Amino acid sequence: MASASVKSKTKHVGQSLTRLEDRPLLTGRGRFAADISFPQQLHMRIVRSNFAHGKLRGIDATEALALPGVYTVWTAPDVADIPPIDFRLSRIEGLEAYRQRLFADGTVRYVGEPVAAVFAEDPYLAEDAAELVTLDIEELPAVLHAEEPPGEFEPGRSTETAIVRKGYGELDAAFQAAHLIVEETLSVGRHSGVPLETRGAIARYDGARDVLELHGAAKVPHWNRDQIARMLGRSPSSVHLYEGHVGGGFGIRGEIYPEDVLVCVAALRLQRPIKWIEDRREHLIAANHSRQQQHRVRAAVDREGRVLAIDDQIFYDQGAYMRTHAVTVPDLAAAMLPGPYRIPAYRAHAHVRLTNKTPCGTYRAPGRFESTFVRERLMDAIAAKLDLDPVELRRRNLIASHEMPYARKLDTLGTEIVLDSGDYAGLLDKALAAVAWPKLRQTLAARKTAGELVGAGVALFVEKSGLGPFDQVKIAVDTAGYVEVISGSASVGQGIETVIAQICADALGIDYHKIRVTHGRTDRIEYGLGAFASRVTVMTGEATRIAASAVRAKAIEVASELLQTPAELLDVIDGEVTRSDAAAGPSVSLADIARALGPGSPLRHGRPPGLSAEGWFHSNHMNYPYGVHVAVARIDRDTGAVAIERYLVAYDVGKAVNPMLIEGQIVGGCAQGIGGTLLEEFLYDERGEPLSVTFADYLMPTVREMPPVDVLICEDAPSPLNPMGLKGAGEGGANAVGAAVAAAIDDALGAKGAVTELPITPQRLKRLMQKIRKS
Amino acid sequence: MSKRNEITLTINGRRHAIRVEPRRTLVDAIREDCGQTGTHIGCEHGVCGACTVLVDGAPVRSCLMFAVQAEGKEIRTVEGLAKGDELNTLQRAFMDNHGLQCGFCTPGFLMLITGVLEREPDISDEELIDVLSSNLCRCTGYQNIVKAARAVAGEMRQQRTA
Repeated sequence: MASASVKSKTKHVGQSLTRLEDRPLLTGRGRFAADISFPQQLHMRIVRSNFAHGKLRGIDATEALALPGVYTVWTAPDVADIPPIDFRLSRIEGLEAYRQRLFADGTVRYVGEPVAAVFAEDPYLAEDAAELVTLDIEELPAVLHAEEPPGEFEPGRSTETAIVRKGYGELDAAFQAAHLIVEETLSVGRHSGVPLETRGAIARYDGARDVLELHGAAKVPHWNRDQIARMLGRSPSSVHLYEGHVGGGFGIRGEIYPEDVLVCVAALRLQRPIKWIEDRREHLIAANHSRQQQHRVRAAVDREGRVLAIDDQIFYDQGAYMRTHAVTVPDLAAAMLPGPYRIPAYRAHAHVRLTNKTPCGTYRAPGRFESTFVRERLMDAIAAKLDLDPVELRRRNLIASHEMPYARKLDTLGTEIVLDSGDYAGLLDKALAAVAWPKLRQTLAARKTAGELVGAGVALFVEKSGLGPFDQVKIAVDTAGYVEVISGSASVGQGIETVIAQICADALGIDYHKIRVTHGRTDRIEYGLGAFASRVTVMTGEATRIAASAVRAKAIEVASELLQTPAELLDVIDGEVTRSDAAAGPSVSLADIARALGPGSPLRHGRPPGLSAEGWFHSNHMNYPYGVHVAVARIDRDTGAVAIERYLVAYDVGKAVNPMLIEGQIVGGCAQGIGGTLLEEFLYDERGEPLSVTFADYLMPTVREMPPVDVLICEDAPSPLNPMGLKGAGEGGANAVGAAVAAAIDDALGAKGAVTELPITPQRLKRLMQKIRKS
Repeated sequence: MSKRNEITLTINGRRHAIRVEPRRTLVDAIREDCGQTGTHIGCEHGVCGACTVLVDGAPVRSCLMFAVQAEGKEIRTVEGLAKGDELNTLQRAFMDNHGLQCGFCTPGFLMLITGVLEREPDISDEELIDVLSSNLCRCTGYQNIVKAARAVAGEMRQQRTA
């Protein structure tokens, strides 16, 4: 009966099971931030700077305070004792002075910067009152371009906050020995995650227990708990964060922002629950932007097209302040740029510069969407110069599978980059076969001859996932035989409850519907790193497997006594411990065993009470999924509009726990990639006034702009860094869209290297087409 | 603050007597005054469609309508779709096709599709795409929402011809 037990153990992992999350979300029972209210709550409305840069000479709240129902108005002096918001990741020396405080004091540095907060009995009233607060601001010239010489942040302090330096190998020698040097200037526009749910934070102080609660948390609740406790001078155990449903994360949501801290301070000082729900305009000017950077990059290449070295100067537009991510985005851009290629010598200097625009943070595939665009554009440019087929050029530079693990000699996020496993050339073959590449090229050639502007592009990339250094999971079986898995991870809508339940179900031997996965609750588990960097399936997943295996071992040990059967003959199948060598026989349920292990049970025999266990997984290295994107694009000659006709993402995730959810992650990521490639851009006028402040100006893809996306999930290179071989799947769908679509547009235009800037809006493409026609 | 009006909103067949300012949006009234928080607010300027509800059978952006304008009309929201614990066909299709991730836009899509399929059960695939393009989803890339909607449309067509 060994096969039966094997069968039972693998019936969840690897299956496209429907999600445990769906039912409340489909029936209107979800609990998002705005759905949370407390009796006696006050509503907070932020008054924001309407100038990109200026001296804040005064704030007059007299009229606002005169409105009945307005409780109070706060400005910088009211919270002068609260320190600025600190860095969560990628902290480097010298950045402290550039951190954002809760309110601007003396100087405003972007349109949207909080300068005051109104607290009122009703949200409509709070908004009315906020409009009555008048600001006296003397406008100063705005710094708006990171690629231009830096300006002054404050007297004696440059707007260049840091230069991130990465590199290895003999760069100068490589450029001297080069057969060819290719240089490009490549830019990625400013856009962001823009989840459909705006931010929200509801704080309540419970004086009876001396506990401060913050509801509406997301992404990294434990880190945020510790920070809020530190900023407010409280003990972390007296601050509880609660994550409800989260309407999309994508990197930006869940970081600490001034508003999150303000509701906490106000709840303590005003002794009323405080509710803040962001509106869409605020979101588009106040929540983290991302991506904007320019690369001046050059490559040294030998006669056969092998890249000898890459040298990159990055100008990264951070916006007005250094927020929680510190230099994470430029660091990742610099560290991940080499991608799947060998690149014997490398240097990247990322100039981190402040501008008078909304501050930036991470957005899905941070640094990689950008550096993949740069690297793959560079590869296309090299192929063009050497008159080589772009696919063939890439093959000549790919790291071979026998070279794995491959030490990059670069580091990021506190880890050394060691590519753990991969068959890059193998995946390229599979991707090209999946789209019948030679035939596709022929068809496109025929359509071009017939006058159409159509083309195809290929881009390769390496992602990263499974950031440690740890995760903790606690699992307990209750006396009805139901299981609770408690983890310090977080859900941003990606389906972690289902994935974690699937892993637990197989490791323990129970149906996944009987598992409840608790996350985002600082009062239920001591430690947690949350959900970012495609880490949850890998880190929380493995900690879950470890904990569930321990619970299973306990259950079998007790069952062995109860059934008078040797433990090695027992298995757990569908919540029953039974003999694995007989079709039928005595069995005992996990519920019975949980009761037998009750604190007062005579059957416990000195064992610790409870059918429960804790699991820890530690990992000092990330692992590296990798992929190939293929895009087919058509250009409308008259309007310059691009239609993506077809798209393929091939992605090796090591081991797919739930292929349906992975496919969902990839297609969703691809949609966001298409947005950043063709549509989405935060634009500013020459005074730093934001022009993209509604969904009519900031255009996100609708179903109309989405091509059919084919997804090829591969498991050819399991990660050697965890027993299941897992790698994360959250970011590969977005990573290479800019690169692949740019190549397809070049191909359609018959102009190699034409696209150097994202997003490729119709206006830009029309200009490009005119330029090509003239030359 | 301006004067409040006494109105009655009928949501999923249940009457809610509430007092609202003339400027109060329908979505705020549904959520805050009637306690039906399944309908979500995504943009408050009529683009994203997260707040879509049915008013007398027609999909409406409830952020662009005042509560007082909905008096006397039949309002239907996501809370009215399931029968007790039993998901309806469309909800089930969303689950089976993984048509939702974070779930924030989902009630709007469910009500949009419900309204359209009730009025135009024979809608072509192409027209259905046109209708679906009126709402935004940031997680799924739409592919699975389209699958779910087409599955239900197909089922309805079959039922009618059977």
